[in-house]
Amino acid sequence: MSQEITVDENFRMPPPEKVGREPGSLTSIVQSLIFTVDHKKLGLMYIGSGLLFFVLAGSLAALMRIQLAVPENKFLAPETFNQIFTMHGTTMVFLVGMPIIFGFANYLVPLMIGARDMAFPRLNAFGFWIFFFSGLLLYFSYLGAPGIYGAGSAPDVGWFAYSPLTAKAFSRGHSTDYWTISLLLGGVGSVATSINILVTIFCLRCKGMTLGKMPLFVWMNLVMVFLVILALPCLSACQIMISLDRYLGANFFDTQAGGSATLWQHFFWIFGHPEVYVLIMPAFAIASEVIPVFSRKPIFGYPIMVAASVSIGFISLGVWAHHMLCIGMTALGNTFFVISTLLVAIPTGIKIFNWLGTMYGGKIRLELPMLFCIMFLFQFLIAGLTGVMLAIAPFNWQLSDSYFVVAHFHYVLIGGLLFTIFAGIYYWYPKAFGRMLDTRLGMAHLVLFTIGFHLTFLPQHFLGFLGMPRRIYTYQADRGWDLWNFVSTIGVIFQALGLLFFVANLIYSYWKGKKAGDDPWDAWTLEWATTSPPQEYNFAELPAVRSRRPLWDAKHPDDPDWKHE
Amino acid sequence: MNAATDLTSDWKLPSPRKVGILTLIVAESALFTIFVVAYLYYMGKSLNGPYPHEVLEFPWLGSIALFGSSATILAAERALRGGSHQRFLFWWGLTTALGIYFIFFTASEWWKLITVDGLTIDTNTFGTTFYSLVGLHAFHVIVGIILLLCVFLAAVRKKIHPDHHEHVEVISYYWHFVDCIWIVVLTVVYIISTRT
Amino acid sequence: MAFGRRNFFDAVATWRFSAVLAILSGGVALGQEGGEMRRVADIFSPLSRPSEMILEPTVLVLLTSLGIFLVVFFMLVYVVWKFRRRGPADDEREPPQVYGSNNIELAWTVIPCLIVFVLVLVTARSIVEIQKAPMPADALKVRLVGHQWWWEVHYPELGIVTANEIHVPVSTRDGKRRPTEIILESADVIHSFWVPQLAGKTDLIPNRSNRTWIEPFRTGTFFGNCAEYCGTQHANMLLRVIVQEPEEFDRWVANQKQMPAAPASALAKQGRADFDAISCINCHSVDGTVADGVFGPDLTKLMTRQTIGAGVAPLTSETLRAWLVDPQEMKPGCNMPDMQLTEPQLDSIVAYLETLK
Repeated sequence: MSQEITVDENFRMPPPEKVGREPGSLTSIVQSLIFTVDHKKLGLMYIGSGLLFFVLAGSLAALMRIQLAVPENKFLAPETFNQIFTMHGTTMVFLVGMPIIFGFANYLVPLMIGARDMAFPRLNAFGFWIFFFSGLLLYFSYLGAPGIYGAGSAPDVGWFAYSPLTAKAFSRGHSTDYWTISLLLGGVGSVATSINILVTIFCLRCKGMTLGKMPLFVWMNLVMVFLVILALPCLSACQIMISLDRYLGANFFDTQAGGSATLWQHFFWIFGHPEVYVLIMPAFAIASEVIPVFSRKPIFGYPIMVAASVSIGFISLGVWAHHMLCIGMTALGNTFFVISTLLVAIPTGIKIFNWLGTMYGGKIRLELPMLFCIMFLFQFLIAGLTGVMLAIAPFNWQLSDSYFVVAHFHYVLIGGLLFTIFAGIYYWYPKAFGRMLDTRLGMAHLVLFTIGFHLTFLPQHFLGFLGMPRRIYTYQADRGWDLWNFVSTIGVIFQALGLLFFVANLIYSYWKGKKAGDDPWDAWTLEWATTSPPQEYNFAELPAVRSRRPLWDAKHPDDPDWKHE
Repeated sequence: MNAATDLTSDWKLPSPRKVGILTLIVAESALFTIFVVAYLYYMGKSLNGPYPHEVLEFPWLGSIALFGSSATILAAERALRGGSHQRFLFWWGLTTALGIYFIFFTASEWWKLITVDGLTIDTNTFGTTFYSLVGLHAFHVIVGIILLLCVFLAAVRKKIHPDHHEHVEVISYYWHFVDCIWIVVLTVVYIISTRT
Repeated sequence: MAFGRRNFFDAVATWRFSAVLAILSGGVALGQEGGEMRRVADIFSPLSRPSEMILEPTVLVLLTSLGIFLVVFFMLVYVVWKFRRRGPADDEREPPQVYGSNNIELAWTVIPCLIVFVLVLVTARSIVEIQKAPMPADALKVRLVGHQWWWEVHYPELGIVTANEIHVPVSTRDGKRRPTEIILESADVIHSFWVPQLAGKTDLIPNRSNRTWIEPFRTGTFFGNCAEYCGTQHANMLLRVIVQEPEEFDRWVANQKQMPAAPASALAKQGRADFDAISCINCHSVDGTVADGVFGPDLTKLMTRQTIGAGVAPLTSETLRAWLVDPQEMKPGCNMPDMQLTEPQLDSIVAYLETLK
């Protein structure tokens, strides 16, 4: 089961794309985007679409925070608020998180392994467009559901859509179906792209790059796609089952017919928990590239980092019912999931120590990618610890479904994932566009966004302690929740300002940024061995490597890595 | 970056097509696992009949056809590798025909269940889990038949050659997978649940 | 942790945190019949045995996490400070390239494993203690049925039916234990029972019977929310647990068992006739009348309750009337439609309902 891959001496430049009209015109640009199968273009399209949906979902969040800023507010009707928190969560997970991480993987994995493109370029394009369509479909619900006589209605069942709330009896109209079908389609795209990435990693590595010599970015994306491949079909199964229930009268979750409401929860969280590790693995991947380069040292303990990532992947398949510790499982059941959840915390903690070990003894360049990663370390530490707290079942019995959980996962996803996405953008934007992002705009982004993030989400831990449940559109004035809700809303202003600076930076630097050159950060992995932006065929000559840091070997021929690994 | 002269010249990586189809099979296995778990969970929990042991008959002919088609597809692959175009057409066509027969067999089984026994997807949890699991499998068989037909038509137009052996092999992997799922369905639905 | 004995950590955590929270959140207020209105609840002020039992592993994991946080945080700050690039001179040579260290890896694997081991043991014991706590045979039994968006309350052994309020007698640390066992069921979607100072939350799931228990040792009215999103008015599915001295509780039980007096005034009599004639009786039930609907709360002892609409407003003549004028105004999306009552009907029905006490 093998096929020899050799350096292609007969390689010729591919002919220019025939896309009609002069190159550079708007028509040709749009046509090239629609028909492209180039992993770099698709990667940027994934990230760009993800950022657009991010603005949309972030605006929804701002609306929620305005409603919750004061008690008994009448800014949003309950139906609207319930749609908004559903759309916010669904968008952020499926239309922001997933596409952006696929975008990074798509762009960088072939470059880092010294390949010309992904294994299946047309499947790659299919994966992007089905995701994009699924996003449009979800938002079409505002217009389309429940019917032509009423105004549109977005899904309002929460992003995890517990049954029997999603049964036809309790969710009339089609709003839930938009959620179901959009996610079903998006899931197909995710699995397709993940298969593509996995095959690319296993089958297209350049000469000499054994699995043990791949960049950690590639390893962690490998774990990520492995989880997608196992977990997303479970979500598809859920969507099929709920659709059968709603339209063919099936009894999967119909409690009147002997169905089980909690079965949905099991099946959903068997997807849902690995899903959140899918989301955070790429954050680890980006951090594992940026931190070594900006500390001027190799990653501390590469083999352990690989082993820890793989362990996290496997263990995360067995922790799902820690989302269900309040449903009345037996003491044994609850204890099992406490144990598995605490177990997954161990390799996660080890990684934090390894990143610190990388920085120790280095010469840390406090530039924007590294600054975002340092904030990631701080915030992910908090997030991980609140996760450990929530793993303790009795603590969970108090704080599950409260604002403490909301605070926890926003610290993971914003404090962890989003901050590393920012780090990755500041780090690889020069590679993709040939220009550096502006430092002063970037610092304004960092400072404002960090302040806003903590202002919004730190107080939510206290709201949890004070008994405030999630997903409530309003609250009474005398419950002690007023102050922290107000502070939480103020944070939104800072976050929005920070993001404005970020968007301004992306646009400004595209034209006016300092020219970057091939390797502006003096880094060591293969993507820096080609031009910025890379040619369509990536490398003039496919590289061959001898160690984990091929460019270090090239720059330090007297002391190459392969002597020490 | 130039290729270093002291690197091993023997750089062997797995075939993308094979790794691709195997990964797809893993994903599909996860999908089927959930439906099988649902079937097992609801075994014995229907509030009303009909019950499995009352209405299910072991699907001998359909199963023989499906398992036989795995053997015939092996023969077709061997024929292609051996360069025998006619034999390949025969065995491949036979595989497709057996697959189509399986679908008709399932359809007639369902016809009997619906019209004679009154078992539909909404009758009870047995109906729900039975039709969804067997139906999902049948859907995968139909997709397989479409793939088989595409290759058959290409072969009829003389577009399939021995160097396509790997393309044909990955389709056969999918087909064997569909067979393996059927083994699981037979065990869980027709053997285990008719005895509890 | 034995009931009644609190260790150092609990004391520290509880009083200091609660003091801070109380100051920040406006403290408690006194209500008329419910005793002290404990509107502000926090999990660090347990006033019931199960929530006290929850506090022990809670404080342990909080302090452990705080310790880990401080250690790692200071490591981060130290590393960033000590090893930052100091200037162009620093760029001339790369620092020593260290690839790893098996001993260090071992150390920072073993220590977290030990911490996890301890946490697992403490947690497992706590889970069993709370979930399998033995109930005395004469424990009060309550059956709570969740509806969209109100709580149906039964006392099966006492033959009492009410809504949105649970009355229980107070327990004492020494002497007579008076826990209350609560069976949790749902008539529609998943809800969750959460009164932080009394117990951790447990879900109300259709087609499933869950069980929880409380054992409060302070009187007062405790406020809780439904804690599992259940649709439009999830936010206003509020619950009150009113803990009373045993004598007061017995008086309440006696009153609940007693049928309300027949309406005396002409207006109230007219109101009862209107009530029986209009479709109110399709959803509501009133003991001793033709009204035996099951979709809405039982109204037999309506006026003994503190709120209307499951906590959306305190129950007064004005709010009662406003509710009847249009419940959708006060609780938009709730399942009681605007009954389109005329002014005379409103007057009479309000007068009638006010006799239900």
